[in-house]
Amino acid sequence: MTEYDGYSLRLYVAGQTPKSIAAVANLKKICEQHLPGRYEIEIVDLMKDPALAVRHQIVAIPTLIRQLPEPLKRIIGDLSNTERVLVGLDIRPN
Amino acid sequence: MRALQAVRAKPGDLPTIGKSPTGIRGLDEITQGGLPQGRPTLLCGSAGCGKTLFGMTFLYNGAVEYGEPGVFLAFEEQPQELIKNVGSLNYDIGRLVAEKKLAIDHVEIERSKIAEAGEYDLEGLFIRLGFAIDSIGAKRVVVDTIETLFSGLENEQLLRSELRRLFEWLKAKGVTAVITGERGEGTLTRYGLEEYVADCVILLDNRVHDQLSTRRLRIVKYRGSAHGTNEYPFIIDEQGITVMPITSSGLAHEASTERVSSGIADLDQMLEGKGYYKGSSILVSGMAGSGKSTIAAHFADAVCGSGQRCIYFATEESPRQVIRNMRSIGIDLQRWIDKKLMRFSARRPSLFGLESHLATMYRDVSEYDPAAVVIDPMSALLGAGASGDVHAMVLRLVDFLKARGITALFTNLGVVAGDNAATEIQISSLMDVWLLLYNRESNGEHNRQLYLLKSRGMAHSNQVREFILSSEGIRLREAYLGPEGVLTGSARLAQEAKDRAAMLVREQEAERRSRELERKRREIAAQIEILQAQLASEEAETALTNREGVAREDQLAADRVAMGVSRQTGARPDKPAAKPTNKPKKRLDSI
Repeated sequence: MTEYDGYSLRLYVAGQTPKSIAAVANLKKICEQHLPGRYEIEIVDLMKDPALAVRHQIVAIPTLIRQLPEPLKRIIGDLSNTERVLVGLDIRPN
Repeated sequence: MRALQAVRAKPGDLPTIGKSPTGIRGLDEITQGGLPQGRPTLLCGSAGCGKTLFGMTFLYNGAVEYGEPGVFLAFEEQPQELIKNVGSLNYDIGRLVAEKKLAIDHVEIERSKIAEAGEYDLEGLFIRLGFAIDSIGAKRVVVDTIETLFSGLENEQLLRSELRRLFEWLKAKGVTAVITGERGEGTLTRYGLEEYVADCVILLDNRVHDQLSTRRLRIVKYRGSAHGTNEYPFIIDEQGITVMPITSSGLAHEASTERVSSGIADLDQMLEGKGYYKGSSILVSGMAGSGKSTIAAHFADAVCGSGQRCIYFATEESPRQVIRNMRSIGIDLQRWIDKKLMRFSARRPSLFGLESHLATMYRDVSEYDPAAVVIDPMSALLGAGASGDVHAMVLRLVDFLKARGITALFTNLGVVAGDNAATEIQISSLMDVWLLLYNRESNGEHNRQLYLLKSRGMAHSNQVREFILSSEGIRLREAYLGPEGVLTGSARLAQEAKDRAAMLVREQEAERRSRELERKRREIAAQIEILQAQLASEEAETALTNREGVAREDQLAADRVAMGVSRQTGARPDKPAAKPTNKPKKRLDSI
């Protein structure tokens, strides 16, 4: 792992579905608001590389995985519930 | 199966559904070809009843036997675990995976590690499944157990709609799918999967009765196809899954006029001199130690001796023990095993229930294709079944064997000689030949007797025969009928000794008479000799007398001459007249 001390996030989507588009928008909004300058987002379209779904154990779409800081965190859904996202990412204590 | 496809291929004909064979012995018969092709089948049952193994077998057979690659979507087990678990059945899953004939994808869902924030769907699962199917061109899919999703994810309503979508999607993909589900309380599956899978539902069950578990399978529904509706016992062992189909053909089997030897020449004699009918069922019943196994071994020996295969189901003794025991009466079964004409199948009756035993037998018979089977003893198995099932199950076995033209010899242990136990009554009516063996006590000893109670379709002997076990096997002795019935053992020997004594007396009498006759003959011969001697002496006497007479005449003549001479000249006066009479006297003494 790199020495990156911010949040490394990866969002798995499947094509341009409404839920995917909403998830991307919601994630960006939350990060800008709560993690300005301390985050990086990678968006993975499983339609283009379905093997990644197997490798990364993706079942639900969209799935957000916090790769850093460790441990790995997994959030599913379009991220419309901001509270749950913040708790899930350990940005705000439960 | 092929017929169905052929019909389907013709446009305009009545449409019927195609079937995808499972390759599971017995199941394809019950379903008349297999699972509905291109449609999902729901396989439900409680934990440990063989759902995963069933699914894996379906895929394995598809890949190996039918050229249909398959995908196993595992929610519960890791691929390595799965491969190991079925490795004991000689399913080389690892090789199939390497050859791209099988793909395993393990789906890991743990509620504690997943937070839900907003709406989602299971597109990820679809993508994975689609990827796996496309990567190997899969025709078969097993999803085991999809209900795990319900414990891993919160939104049950969403899951339900997604599952509905999954089944539609599988159908659209044209894959034959098996979806497993846990048995629920009062429902087939805990989360009601049967609502979505409407084409075929199979229920697996593992019930325990008297501490013996019996696995059963039932086709709950099969849309668009006739199918057996009963509960069918099935077994899982080192050779995979075997379902015992209960054939509805029942009494449609051929009745052969061909004969097979019982292996005992004397017994064949009682059966019109030819033996049993091929494909008939023979019941040999008797109490302990009456020689049932020996009759069974003779039969097996004869079958193998004619170059045909035989399976010996030993339910009480180990094969080695049977072989050893039979060697002591001069039957060498080992040579048939070495020649691959005979196979022993020994299983403790208490190992599992009657139905499972029958399923095992069905499997062994289908695989080995013998001309005859021996089940020794049947009674041990009967104890393993709930009483009501016994008749039905034996009927199934008998039907199955008859349909294949296999001659079957069952031995049955009765407690007392001639004791018609309930089970015996139940099964004896299914039998074509019923041999009763008695071990009767009389004069302080037990003697074996054999009686042919019935033998359908032939004029059989009605005699009770004594049979003797010797180092040359069984010999039947001619029935010895005395004033008090059949005599056996020492009573028979005593009677025979008596007969022999009487015979001896008769012989001696005859000898004495002939000796007497001889003596008389000699006596008479001696008398004849004496008489002949008398006759000879009388003849000699007569001859002498005659000669004396002549001599006297001569003398008289001579005297007359001498008198004449003396009267005239006195010629030869010195010759005495007594001399000639002395001579004949000497001759008489010498006789």
